[in-house]
Amino acid sequence: MKEFNEKSLQVLTAEIRLETLKIIRSRGFGHVGGSMDLAELMAVLYGCVMNYDPKNPRWEDRDWLVLSKGHAGPVAYATYGLMGFYPLEEAYTLNQPGTKFPSHTDRKLTPGVDLTTGSLGQGVSTATGAAVGNRLDGRDNHVFCVIGDGEADEGQVWEGLHFAYAHKLDNIIYFFDNNGYQLDGTTAAILDHGSLTRKAEGFGLYTQEVDGHDLKAIYDAIRNAYAKKGVPSCIVLNTCKGKGATFAEPKHDHSSQPNEAQWAEAIAAAEQALEEIKNS
Amino acid sequence: MSVKLIGKHEKDSRACRDAVALTLKDMMGKDESIVYIDCDLMGCINTKQLVAAYPGRALQAGIAEGNAAGVAAGLSATGKTVFLHSFGTFSSRRIYDQIYMSAAYAGLPVHVLGSDAGVTAAFNGGTHMPLEDAAMYLSIPEATVCDPCDYEQLASVVRQLPGLDKGVTFTRFVRKDVIRVYDEGSEFEIGKGVVLHESEGDAATIITSGIMVDEALKAYEQLKEEGITVRVIDMFTWKPLDEELVIKAAKETGAIVTAENHNTVCGLGSVVANCLAKNCPTVQEFVGVNDQFGQVGPQAFLMDTYGLRAANIVAAVKKAIDRK
Repeated sequence: MKEFNEKSLQVLTAEIRLETLKIIRSRGFGHVGGSMDLAELMAVLYGCVMNYDPKNPRWEDRDWLVLSKGHAGPVAYATYGLMGFYPLEEAYTLNQPGTKFPSHTDRKLTPGVDLTTGSLGQGVSTATGAAVGNRLDGRDNHVFCVIGDGEADEGQVWEGLHFAYAHKLDNIIYFFDNNGYQLDGTTAAILDHGSLTRKAEGFGLYTQEVDGHDLKAIYDAIRNAYAKKGVPSCIVLNTCKGKGATFAEPKHDHSSQPNEAQWAEAIAAAEQALEEIKNS
Repeated sequence: MSVKLIGKHEKDSRACRDAVALTLKDMMGKDESIVYIDCDLMGCINTKQLVAAYPGRALQAGIAEGNAAGVAAGLSATGKTVFLHSFGTFSSRRIYDQIYMSAAYAGLPVHVLGSDAGVTAAFNGGTHMPLEDAAMYLSIPEATVCDPCDYEQLASVVRQLPGLDKGVTFTRFVRKDVIRVYDEGSEFEIGKGVVLHESEGDAATIITSGIMVDEALKAYEQLKEEGITVRVIDMFTWKPLDEELVIKAAKETGAIVTAENHNTVCGLGSVVANCLAKNCPTVQEFVGVNDQFGQVGPQAFLMDTYGLRAANIVAAVKKAIDRK
């Protein structure tokens, strides 16, 4: 892990939000809500935690990111573009015929994507398998797996955590994006999961709960997790679905298809947010 | 391919499952990239010895097959050659989405081993009787699907799987008693059918695999006694199908009978029919489980009940010849 630099991560967060919006705008519609709320996490991971080589995305000693909530693809595409995996403009082909940037992350298509996700719950298991493989090879790296709170309805999520605990995997950190919403409404209304933190603790994971929009809190939680040996870690991120997207944030929409005026307003607001942080 | 046919309808003294356990043990000793995952059924196929021999590379995933399949795909992404075992039902329909998306669609090979093929699930009954397992894998792009008939063929298939260049694989096999069809030292080639009998005057061709190979050989003998000679092909690879061999048999004998320990809907008969329809439409009869569920009972009872006997094949051959 590099030193924590709040200002540079704030700028990166604002850049990720702006680029995420621009990528989805290129197609006109998409999964805005669950992408935007991960900007701080992606900034911390790619800004000062993870080891990776944009020129060699499959570098064997890299840290891995698995967006088990694969529909958050656009926030990953924005981040990878900003980190130099490819020119950002390439990602403005989201969901166009023949694109390398589909709705859900696809390891065969997009440089930087470590595992293919989309059918919810499955990324938890594949990320866990990657952690087993890395440990077998004696690598000093980590796998980061991001799980949606709606996704936690899937039993496979808990099978994966159970396996990680039983196999004492301490080279993986699972994040719950606890934004409180899923497609049909609030997670409490659709299938109330109670406390994800207590559930993860119950599965034996070293579990922390932090404000998912607090860069320092995320960074510190990851540092704490790195220090914990012999047990997998879980970090529950309390987030605001749609954060920073003017048309999506008020209702915490899962998918958005704003009109041109709404897009213009959202992009302008994101640009202004970026400028304000740069100038602060 | 180097095949030595025995075909005396005698049981092998070895348990067929040891063709998996001992072959993997040998392979894992030579190749550190091989990892084995089981779902609390190691005791059923004698693979606990892999845990003892290679701790860390033989993993227990417990009774959570969907997660096991995902873990297998993740391991594959780190460059491991991964074998995954469960009973045929759980290694197919229970993990279909995980195998389809996390492994196959993602371009991550996983070698799935499904034990208790078809009616050999016997006393575990209909809930555990995979009559649709191969069908599910046949529908996955780039997949390889095998239904080996005995110890030698199963061992040969397992040895070859890591060498395939892409796709998930599914091998269904018998755990315990099996008729010995081939002698030691036989080597097979995945994707190539084995011609067990052929002559110029063949009136039909039996295309079969798995436990039905021995029944087909018995049918061949009975038909020969009646003056009817037929070609017999052990088509242990259902996908990719040896189309060249199927087309040649169809053109030279003019009638095809498929015999399988599987639902005739979406099984060996279906892939052969697909090949024939596209290349040389030919009379075909289907021997197999006729779109029914499994049930509990001794294997012999189940083979009688579902019509998986030499007599069924003989009748099908005669019907096919009459239809020519």
